[in-house]
Amino acid sequence: MESPVVIVLEAMLGGAIRVSTPFMFVALGECVTEKSGRVNLGLEGTLVLGAMTAYAISFHTGSPWVGVLAAGVAGSVLGAMHGSICGLPKVNDVAVGIAMMLFGVGVAFFFGKPYIQPVAPRLQSIPLGSWSESPNLRSALEVNPLFFVGIAAAFALAWALRNTRWGLVVRTVGDSAAAARAMGVSVNGVRLMTTTIGGFFAGVGGAFLSLSYPGSWNQGLSSGQGLMAVALVIFARWKPLRCVLAALLFGAAGAIGPSLQAVGVTQGYYFFNAAPYILTLVIMIATSSAKHSAADMPGELSMAK
Amino acid sequence: MSDAPVAQSFPGAAAPAAPMAVSSSRWRSDAEFVVIPILAIVASFLLFAVFLLAIGKSPVDFMALVWRGGFGTSFSIQNTLQRSSPLIMTALAVAIPARIGLIIIGGEGALVLGGFVAAVVAIPMTGVVPPMPALLVMAFAAMLTGGIWIGICGFLRYARGVNETIASLLLTYIGIAIMNFFVEGALRDLSDPNKPSTKPIGRDYMVGSIPGTSVHWGFLFGVLLCLGLYLLMSRTTFGFAARVTGGNFRAALAQGLPVGRLIVACCAIAGACAGLAGFFEVAAIQGRANASLAAGYGFTGILVAFLARQNPLMIPPVAIMFGGIVAAGGLIQRRMGLPDATVQVLEGLIFVVLLTSETLYGRFSIFKPKGR
Repeated sequence: MESPVVIVLEAMLGGAIRVSTPFMFVALGECVTEKSGRVNLGLEGTLVLGAMTAYAISFHTGSPWVGVLAAGVAGSVLGAMHGSICGLPKVNDVAVGIAMMLFGVGVAFFFGKPYIQPVAPRLQSIPLGSWSESPNLRSALEVNPLFFVGIAAAFALAWALRNTRWGLVVRTVGDSAAAARAMGVSVNGVRLMTTTIGGFFAGVGGAFLSLSYPGSWNQGLSSGQGLMAVALVIFARWKPLRCVLAALLFGAAGAIGPSLQAVGVTQGYYFFNAAPYILTLVIMIATSSAKHSAADMPGELSMAK
Repeated sequence: MSDAPVAQSFPGAAAPAAPMAVSSSRWRSDAEFVVIPILAIVASFLLFAVFLLAIGKSPVDFMALVWRGGFGTSFSIQNTLQRSSPLIMTALAVAIPARIGLIIIGGEGALVLGGFVAAVVAIPMTGVVPPMPALLVMAFAAMLTGGIWIGICGFLRYARGVNETIASLLLTYIGIAIMNFFVEGALRDLSDPNKPSTKPIGRDYMVGSIPGTSVHWGFLFGVLLCLGLYLLMSRTTFGFAARVTGGNFRAALAQGLPVGRLIVACCAIAGACAGLAGFFEVAAIQGRANASLAAGYGFTGILVAFLARQNPLMIPPVAIMFGGIVAAGGLIQRRMGLPDATVQVLEGLIFVVLLTSETLYGRFSIFKPKGR
């Protein structure tokens, strides 16, 4: 018999790995977008549309990985929309983000209605805990391959932003649009590209929601994960690897409620469900300052000034 | 850049606030702010028609149903006005902070919490306090709650530089969680097994209708609130100071304006408006607080405020238009077999096209004042 504390900690470990994956993808996507000096607040809508697309395509083709790809493509389309609209003069990227959030969620609910009932094939997890005797630890270590894909992507992005010509161009556009223009770089073109890439990541994050954990499609699937991930990028100081760590922290916070339920604590379920939002707010308060802008922030960013 | 916590370029913040001397050139440049949004609406309806054709539905049927469900009969008009009431108030919750340069999108949370608190304070008063003072207490409690809720966003923005857009949406999720926590727990009415709700506030405490109609008083209060806040923002020292702060934060600081208090005050007014919407939803429609308070009025209100170019006087007509679309939603769902999210798609499309149209300002020579 395991003690309740161990059970809760094991459930939180498993929860942190499961819950963090969508945070990780959205945060990585937003990180790339913000590195180029633009904010996309619409990733919440992208996440929901990605979840719906992945579920629908997985249902029709029978292959969840095709679903993941389709979710990425759907996310890219929304990202490209945001990127091209914000490329026009006088258009505010934060406001367009809010509009894209409402639009993406609306489109997802519209086309997602017929897929609430059917069961689509889900992504298979890798049982990393088969060495363990404890059933709780085993289920905690049922890790989805997308988790590792996300970590690999974070390393790849961190390397590419630091060491490649592409990374230099993105960072220059983000820090000083005038300097980038003087270099002969198309500022709007680069931002369109990074917003599209960001949308792809957020779409894949959505695919995880519907195809792995919680692993079904319904209208209450995402409530603010996309938005929290945007706040998380500030906390991660625009560094891909820190995004992964921050996502794990958020995953653990999000897993508190379900973990306590696992040992029979149902009191305050809604309160613990609110834990990630409260944590996000506390982190934003702790890391912001009225006097100076956040450390390592891209200079062109209109938000968080 | 770094020491300007609220100076953002912001669509609508630069809209004409107070009509000055009426001259033809003034009218010309003002017309731009009416013509371009109308063009945006027409363009989005055309795009939506293409979308409907693509999925094999008739746009003509759709428009006919919107007309019939929203504006065609006296019943539907009253239903529309009823639904436009929370839209007016939540749009004010966006428009007032916009004047001081903040994008607040947390009206939904202030509405839910305001309505919840109104229901909670009503329960111990039932049968003890006469209706009129009880309703005043409920409305005050709702406005205070909403005011504090959005006021927090303003305070955090000024004192800590926390992004108010994200903070206000986070507070919305937290607010809904707080209501659910109590409604499913300590304050649940156990006599109703179906939907977790608070106890009903009772028939005596229900706000009636405007005489001769079935529209509750919230609509009238909403319109009056728009008038009052228009005067506050355009004709008083407070409003002037707020607009200066929104226009140029450093100039406001240099003038010695109390920018912190102005920001918190604008946010508190915004929250109070949304809280009042929650009060009317409870005291005029639902009769109790439960999850149906979070019906998305706060989000449609954002769109209403942007379409009205953050001008309180333009909010009621725009809110009535969207109230009609929302009211027709059920009819569209039943008659055309479209999902309930159809209205959401249309709203999202209008919002996206509207913001895209921001780029058109100053592009047409017809709107330029003559001789300049």
